[in-house]
Amino acid sequence: MNEILRTTAVELAAKIKARELSSVEVIHAHLERIAAVDPDVHAFLHIDGERALQTATRIDTKIAHGEHVGPLAGVPLALKDVLTYAGAPTTCGSKILAGWIPPYDATVTRRLLDADVVIVGKTNMDEFAMGSSTENSAFGPTHNPWALDRIPGGSGGGSAASLAAFEVPLAVGTDTGGSIRQPASVTGTVGVKPTYGGTSRYGLVALASSLDQPGPCARTVLDAATLHAVIAGHDPLDSTSIDAPVPDVLGAARSGDVAGMKIGVVTELRGEGYAPGVEQRFGEAVELLSTLGAEIIEVPCPHFVYALPAYYLILPAECSSNLAKFDAMRFGLRVGDDGEASAEQVMAATREAGFGAEVKRRIIIGTYALSSGYYDAYYGQAQKVRTLISRDFERAFATVDVLVSPSTPTTAFKIGEKVDDPLAMYLNDLCTIPSNLAGNASASFPVGLAPEDGLPVGLQVMAPPLADDRLYRVGAALERTLVGQWGGSLLDRVPELTVVG
Amino acid sequence: MSESTRVDPVEAHLALRQAQHGHGQARDTVPYEEAVAAFDPVLGLEVHVELNTASKMFCGCSTTFGAEPNTQVCPTCLGLPGSLPVVNALAVESAIRIGLALNCSIADWCRFARKNYFYPDMPKNYQISQYDEPIAHDGWTEVVVDGDTSRIGIERAHMEEDTGKSLHIGGATGRIHGADYSLLDYNRSGVPLIEIVTKPIEGTGAKAPQVARGYVTMLRDLLRALNVSNVRMEQGSLRCDVNVSLRPSAADPLGTRTETKNVNSLRSVERAVRYEISRQAGLLRGGGRIRQETRHWHEDSGVTTSGRSKETAEDYRYFPEPDLVPIAPSRKWVEELRGTLPEPPAVRLKRVTSDWGFTDLELRDVISAGALNAIEATVAAGASPQSARKWWLTEVARRANEMGVDLEDAGVTPQQVAEIQALVDNGTINDKLARQVFDGVIAGEGTPTEVVTQRGLTLVSDDKALSVAVDEALAANPEIVEKIRAGKVQAAGALIGQVMKAMRGQADAARVRALILQKLG
Repeated sequence: MNEILRTTAVELAAKIKARELSSVEVIHAHLERIAAVDPDVHAFLHIDGERALQTATRIDTKIAHGEHVGPLAGVPLALKDVLTYAGAPTTCGSKILAGWIPPYDATVTRRLLDADVVIVGKTNMDEFAMGSSTENSAFGPTHNPWALDRIPGGSGGGSAASLAAFEVPLAVGTDTGGSIRQPASVTGTVGVKPTYGGTSRYGLVALASSLDQPGPCARTVLDAATLHAVIAGHDPLDSTSIDAPVPDVLGAARSGDVAGMKIGVVTELRGEGYAPGVEQRFGEAVELLSTLGAEIIEVPCPHFVYALPAYYLILPAECSSNLAKFDAMRFGLRVGDDGEASAEQVMAATREAGFGAEVKRRIIIGTYALSSGYYDAYYGQAQKVRTLISRDFERAFATVDVLVSPSTPTTAFKIGEKVDDPLAMYLNDLCTIPSNLAGNASASFPVGLAPEDGLPVGLQVMAPPLADDRLYRVGAALERTLVGQWGGSLLDRVPELTVVG
Repeated sequence: MSESTRVDPVEAHLALRQAQHGHGQARDTVPYEEAVAAFDPVLGLEVHVELNTASKMFCGCSTTFGAEPNTQVCPTCLGLPGSLPVVNALAVESAIRIGLALNCSIADWCRFARKNYFYPDMPKNYQISQYDEPIAHDGWTEVVVDGDTSRIGIERAHMEEDTGKSLHIGGATGRIHGADYSLLDYNRSGVPLIEIVTKPIEGTGAKAPQVARGYVTMLRDLLRALNVSNVRMEQGSLRCDVNVSLRPSAADPLGTRTETKNVNSLRSVERAVRYEISRQAGLLRGGGRIRQETRHWHEDSGVTTSGRSKETAEDYRYFPEPDLVPIAPSRKWVEELRGTLPEPPAVRLKRVTSDWGFTDLELRDVISAGALNAIEATVAAGASPQSARKWWLTEVARRANEMGVDLEDAGVTPQQVAEIQALVDNGTINDKLARQVFDGVIAGEGTPTEVVTQRGLTLVSDDKALSVAVDEALAANPEIVEKIRAGKVQAAGALIGQVMKAMRGQADAARVRALILQKLG
């Protein structure tokens, strides 16, 4: 494999800036890799190669002229296909958006472009980010580079797989109930869900507005932190964006010092239902943190057990409303417009044909949950549970600096294994959902391979709102020690992918 | 919101035809006086006001009326995927000022809510509105009708966004049903609206129609004084829905109400209430029952027709808008805004009463004609209060009635009325000629002075020309001449009339009189 592909984003940026490498050759190398392995991995829905090379050329010229460039200048990045990038299709993994080219950039996209990052394409995802396996994509599943017959997680399986397959060193995902962290966990990569309001949602096609949050995906903690610093910060176009300085994520990622840190292990997020290998690697990682000087405390969060049912009322309620705009009137798919059909009939036919089963399931649940007479019992009650979960976090953070748990109960399962069992699928997000409901910062870091199947295990770190830096401190501490123990990056053990052609 | 277009078109059309042909409901109405003798009417008014902010409620697009379709749009007001709303702070300020002017409590903390329903002119298929947490609530205001003051309770005033506009092409009704195709214009989508809802207005008795009109007039004047809206009913920047119910007596519980939409002039508000009272009374008297429904007002035929039934109420699935943070106006800000309020209507009434020296009866007529603002502006432009009152209540009112529009839409501005009076005062024209000047101004012939010049309406006070006409009149009426000579000076009036006639009204009457007396004396 071309050495460029294994180089971290931060190192690539340094080499490009020092003109040891050109951005054009870096982009070329990655586009070649994508061409070679993506037919098997299917991480990408759209590859924007020509524009990427044009951008790279421009950045090389800027550097040659001694102009100022951003911290990740010239480095390739994959954008989850739920964020708009003017001129490139945005499908959200759905047929209903077929043919739609957004006329505007998401704020996250804009910040990437302003920082001279090179967007090479849009990555696959579960339709409208509903799913934990990428199997709900209307354009076919993404395959986990660790084992192509396994799922890469979801909804952001494309972003995570593109990292693990060395197609790009950086990706941006969005996390509504674990869509960044669960894919990171099952692909051995780093995924961070910033504090709600820490990154802008403008241009992120909403699944559930009160839960969605864009965040960085990378192969190393420092790469993730660097990307985090580029995309985060207040955006006047998003009312829920927090007008506060971005936490010092870079400093934390460079430090990795956890001495004296109080780390809480969530009682409720382990035990029954958790794979032995997951429990084992998680336990070892916690032990390691203790060795590095952290104080480990067992912390009960009694309402976390109600997080999943509350989430599956709040999310469908919001998405039933958010997805109403897909009606064939102004953009995307239009079905049944035969000159005779009424607008309502065209709307119905388009939504019937354009949405997949999981999307319809959640729209129906959400419509029901918001209905007059049921609102209090479902949506209202779920909001109360949400408050109780936030209080669990507040109580916990009164005594500890961060909470930890496994990122997912199991390692990557086989494609097709859970498609017919929505509840089993939903259980994948058991650990990640509480942070979305409470809006606090959370991340998944690789902590090894489960002995029983040799697949990656992730450890989840949860920090109070606007304390995103603590995630990186813990992540960096683990990475530094574990990479030493492993004798190199965990991702070095990803099997050679069949090179097509 | 523009629910007004959301009706069962077939039902509405049939009902309209029935009404026009004297069948159905129209046959069942009872004379108004009988209706209010037998029943106690209760009103409720919902007024939608488009704010005059330069930009929309949740994006930076312009709100200018009448632009080319779909030129004032962006991802947010088009509801494109990924777009987000951001609240227009000036709209919130206007909402608070309206609430304060209506003596409402201003919420310490409130949220927007989504009202979910599908319609092509609503780009997101939900409207951002407020539900159980309005920005302003529990206020009151006063309306004076025929010298009696009615206190009207304000239930709430809340913020929301307007929808786009649909234009249905082809088909017989101009409605979506039966149309060949529809065009959508999203320029209006996202324009800030304030919806002001009254509590049930009880105890008005037979004056219900005038109270309804008086309330909307008061509101219009107040909103204009607050400078928060253009309040142009004909442009839809003030839209009124009228709820009417009847009950046997004030001691009985409220009856079933109907909600009449499309009531978009002050005159229509009064007429629609009057018609609904007569119609409902007819139904009830005939042993029928009132359907809870939306009805449509037809300006031309003066009737309401059945729209959508509200008995199977649409479920809007309201929930707090997650894309927006709650609004928590500080008490300090609210008090600052209170300091910017214009003179309250009651205080203003007291002031003009003493400043203008109108009799109670005159003032009553001014208020019921909705001419207070116009007269005030005319006085400000230099006319005397009495002359301003005279023109607005006679010449302008008559023409407005003929055109079926409100006073200020009759085509004459207060400045023009003041100019006409100035022309009378300096002897250029007289009152009779002034009427022709009104005609000219309304016909768009220019300013009053231009109309006078172009139509050649200047009074003749040239003694030479008048003298000839006076001599002719004296020669033709020897018997009148004798009477005047005998001391009956008032008989000169008849001669003056003849001279005026001969001069086609353009003679200076005072000068003519002087000439007659001079020649005979």
